[in-house]
Amino acid sequence: MSQVAEAAVKKSEPLFSPKNRRLLTDPLDDNNPITVQVLGICSALAVTTQVKPALVMAICVIVVCSVANLVISLLRKGIPSRIRMIVQLVVIASLVTLVDQVLRAFLFDVSQELSVFIGLIITNCIVMGRLEAFAMGNKPWPAFLDGIGNGLGYGAVLILVAMFREFFGAGTLMGYKLMPQAAYDMGYMDNGVMATSTAAMFLIGIFIWIQRSRNTKLVDVS
Amino acid sequence: MEYINLFLKSAFIENMVLAYFFGMCSYLAVSKTVKTAFGLGLAVIFVLTITAPVNWLVYNYVLAEGALSWIHPSFATVDLTFLYFIAFIAVIASMVQLVEMIIERFSPALYTSLGIFLPLITVNCAILGGSLFMIQREYLFTESIVYGLGAGFGFFLAIIAIAAIREKIRYSNVPPALRGLGMAFIITGLMGLAFMSLMGIAL
Repeated sequence: MSQVAEAAVKKSEPLFSPKNRRLLTDPLDDNNPITVQVLGICSALAVTTQVKPALVMAICVIVVCSVANLVISLLRKGIPSRIRMIVQLVVIASLVTLVDQVLRAFLFDVSQELSVFIGLIITNCIVMGRLEAFAMGNKPWPAFLDGIGNGLGYGAVLILVAMFREFFGAGTLMGYKLMPQAAYDMGYMDNGVMATSTAAMFLIGIFIWIQRSRNTKLVDVS
Repeated sequence: MEYINLFLKSAFIENMVLAYFFGMCSYLAVSKTVKTAFGLGLAVIFVLTITAPVNWLVYNYVLAEGALSWIHPSFATVDLTFLYFIAFIAVIASMVQLVEMIIERFSPALYTSLGIFLPLITVNCAILGGSLFMIQREYLFTESIVYGLGAGFGFFLAIIAIAAIREKIRYSNVPPALRGLGMAFIITGLMGLAFMSLMGIAL
């Protein structure tokens, strides 16, 4: 992470140089925002009871995160460090308002379902975390890629957790009934714990276990 | 007595972290040792105790419907409630910036160990959640101070508890891949299940 942040990308470099490509792919596994950087947990717990809100949330976060990174990276030399948080939050809040209005105009049904969660993007630490950790010290193009990459990494975990929770909690996926009626007849019951946030804690814990046993360099030695 | 009840309720029964799962990011990331957890817990108590009453004033004297009538009676129909999200965030951001400057000045060691999670108190859902709950439940001014203090104290207790457990669990034989963060997630899940038992208590 720190080497990537330190390596300033030169102007003559091609747009998708290996270094830039790593900015996109790293957050999917090695530097995943949820399981490695521990950012954006609150919303990962709140919107993952079903797959559909998780999917829309992931798309919104990708948009907000990449554009906010781009804007802050363009402004980075003009922001005094004493008031940087307020500047960052104003940028994020206006982008979120924009996303909210767009959803309302073109996808009214989804926006009605998600109204509260869209506001939650303002308090999603991934957006501000990446601004603080990456966009403040890097050029616009890498910052933009970093935003997309982190949004994707976040979305991947979100959808995975939501799939488990929706399938075991309600027997459905994207609203379609998948658990056969025969299973209910044989005495299977939907798992009520899956509907609570605690289930998401256990699931993310297990994902981290699986990820770290495959990728041993992430193991916490301390 | 009423205030003591409100304090206990906001600290234990409606614990921000373990009952609502708010403010998880900093809770999980800064709980490796009791010392840093203690510092962050104090910072959160401070920020919550200040932002709750300040946001109460902002909401009731600027944003709510008819709140501006103290300037001139003709403002009685102005309703600015749609701005409350941005207004609250601005108040919180400036308070956190203040806390950051204070900590940097008086305890540079704590400042470096908190790292990025100090500015991230701004986007800690527990802080914004505290302000939103306070508006939603229509607390009075003094109640909002007690509520902020209680909710902050609840966060403080929760983060100290997990930090103490994580310090102890370092000596246990946890599978290597589950050590650290993975185990912290699962412990928090278990603590959340335990806190569910407090939910039915009415004070």
